[in-house]
Amino acid sequence: MLGRSANGIFWLFRYLERAENTVRLLDAGFRMALTRNSNDASDEWRSVIITLGLQAGFEARFGGEYGGAQVFNYVLRDKENPGSVLRMIEGARTNARMVRTGITREVWQAVNESWMKLRDMLARPVNEVRLGSVLDTVRLQATQVRGAMEGTMLRNEIYNFARLGTFIERADNTARILDVKYYVLLPSLSYVGSSLDNVQWDTVLRSVAGERAYRWLHAGRLDARGIAEFLILDQRFPRSLAFCYNKLRSNLAHLAREYGDKVASHDLLREADARMHAQTIDAIIDQGLHQFIGTFIAGNARLAQQIQRDYRFIE
Amino acid sequence: MTNSSASSYDEMLDTDGGVRAAYAGYAKWLEEQPPNLLRRKGIEAEAFFRRTGITFNVYGNDDAEERLIPFDPVPRIISADQWRKLSRGIDQRVRALNAFLHDLYHRQEIVRSGRLPARLLEGNAAYLAAMAGFTPPGGVYTHIVGIDLVRTGEDDFMVLEDNARTPSGVSYMLENRETMMAMFPELFTRVRVREVSDYPSRLARSLAACAPPAFDGDKPTVAVLTPGIYNSAYFEHAFLADQMGAELVEGSDLRVENGRIAMRTTRGYEPVDVIYRRVDDDYLDPLSFNPDSVLGVAGIMDVYRAGGVTIANAPGTGISDDKAIYSFMPEIVEFYTGEKPLLQNVPTWRCCEADALGYVLDNLAELVVKEVHGSGGYGMLIGPTSSRKEIAAFEAKLRANPDNYIAQPTLALSTVPIFTKAGLAPRHVDLRPFVLVSPNGIDITPGGLTRVALKKGSLVVNSSQGGGTKDSWVLDD
Repeated sequence: MLGRSANGIFWLFRYLERAENTVRLLDAGFRMALTRNSNDASDEWRSVIITLGLQAGFEARFGGEYGGAQVFNYVLRDKENPGSVLRMIEGARTNARMVRTGITREVWQAVNESWMKLRDMLARPVNEVRLGSVLDTVRLQATQVRGAMEGTMLRNEIYNFARLGTFIERADNTARILDVKYYVLLPSLSYVGSSLDNVQWDTVLRSVAGERAYRWLHAGRLDARGIAEFLILDQRFPRSLAFCYNKLRSNLAHLAREYGDKVASHDLLREADARMHAQTIDAIIDQGLHQFIGTFIAGNARLAQQIQRDYRFIE
Repeated sequence: MTNSSASSYDEMLDTDGGVRAAYAGYAKWLEEQPPNLLRRKGIEAEAFFRRTGITFNVYGNDDAEERLIPFDPVPRIISADQWRKLSRGIDQRVRALNAFLHDLYHRQEIVRSGRLPARLLEGNAAYLAAMAGFTPPGGVYTHIVGIDLVRTGEDDFMVLEDNARTPSGVSYMLENRETMMAMFPELFTRVRVREVSDYPSRLARSLAACAPPAFDGDKPTVAVLTPGIYNSAYFEHAFLADQMGAELVEGSDLRVENGRIAMRTTRGYEPVDVIYRRVDDDYLDPLSFNPDSVLGVAGIMDVYRAGGVTIANAPGTGISDDKAIYSFMPEIVEFYTGEKPLLQNVPTWRCCEADALGYVLDNLAELVVKEVHGSGGYGMLIGPTSSRKEIAAFEAKLRANPDNYIAQPTLALSTVPIFTKAGLAPRHVDLRPFVLVSPNGIDITPGGLTRVALKKGSLVVNSSQGGGTKDSWVLDD
């Protein structure tokens, strides 16, 4: 397999994952905005922009005012936003075209169709009435690509690179949400039994599609420690950091078996894995949640870079 | 010869409106279908093409980066007997082309014998000095040829262009057939049409049979070299690589290593044996040709000449696409095969000759004038459909540089019906069959790409100029 194709597959799935997570974040923000007064709503939109790393670009364009329509249009379709959802879907499709010989016709068609639909939907500004259906479309299309992938792709190195892209991105996105929201969790971590900002917490869970799973596991009891543990350490939840790292481990192991050699990224993964598995949620909180997440995000980025080097994604 | 459709040969209907034998089965089927079937299916087909991404890019058109080539649902049908005759002619022509190219890059017997003027080669950019004295692996120059044929009567097929360089369009031949079979499955149970779908495996076999001397293994590694996703034919490059199970590489994936061309894989650099390049000669090797090229591989020509890699088609084959050289094809065929040419050439005036130029200047309004090195329908004049002003402007260019042009009569190209809002209507077509050459022989896929001018009366079938395509059927006996 060509290194350039591995790179294309990796980024195809990173872009798709990021697009999907971005709309989840918008969805959670939108929900919050509907239930809160305008001050809180604008706070929430601001935190969406910060989580996505778009603060500088957004404020250069709109100043410090975080209006809902401005935020979701900027995030979804603004031409001046290089990280817009539309750009990501375009990026996914460009990469899919590049690696057309590495993916099945069904995967290609699903990606191409996503782009065609989104391009049409985002051709004009989105208002609050249309927002829901735009967000749904992104989620449904991502699901469709995943389904085509699951059902038609050989489980070989190509699949491994696709999965590596997906879980590197997902781990990063979940960690970023925690990084921005940890202050919501923090006060209640230190005061056991304090009154919780349920809506805030609910938003955190919703933005990773985890509200149902969490309620089911915890019998509806919201507690800060529980949520942090759920998002970081719960190996059953497909958007937790631990889950993502299990997947990264198995896909890298598959590559090592197939290629018959070990490379530096395997060591990096083992270290990151050890950091997570040796820990309990209490230990993480004692050391500082913020610091833990910061270390995690940096390590995740290093791992991604090392994978690109080890497998000759670029010269 | 004129431009009027009335005098053109229609392939479906004879002059009395009767259905010709080749179309009998199709016409009978069509009669039994509900009236809006073709329209409905046409809409389905377009959605299908968009979804599968069968598009081409138009240069210099930012707005519509990717466009569809319009597909017409009425097939173009060729009888078994007609195809047999055509195949013999194509086979002869392609044999002659390869012998001619070998001769041009070796002793140039044809020039010595006085049948081809030496001036056609002197200073001709398509003649690559780097190929002189070198014989490509297996002696094959044109691994893939896409001869453009036009028809003017029952038995009158003429070669319009040989396209020995890097012919494109074969993916449309394949996808058009897939589309037709998906849209009208029962039609194919009624009319027996010869298969084209094995073209990619034939191509893979043919290319593998041309492995270079340095290859030692069981199965040569074949790669398709594309300029990248922004090239107008990228879809086809990806499609062929996919169907052949070959790697789709760009120049940046390749480099010279240990006297071989190697591609950067996830496991390190691995040698490539046969490169089916869809990059022009000029861009192939920045060390030998265009130094600014980033599409090729630095040093590939040295590796090639040392037997480390096969390049298909061989560099330098473009010389036979030169339209002045084309005009000598009847002589060329006879010189190398010792046979009378089975396929006719379109009569051609070489504007580099004073008499011919005089005639052309006097008759510009009736002629088609083309650049010697042009292709794709760009830079040409179609006298009968051009305004006085256009003709005058073209005349100035022609007078300034007559060597750069040839002229041909405006042919009464045959017509085949297309589906229009008002029902079936005749439109002019050409045919590009695809021919594979390997040391094992010449392999012609029964079918090809039919391009059709969608505008009434128009003779320009190029997709870059608003032409469409049709599925092309060769009937089984």
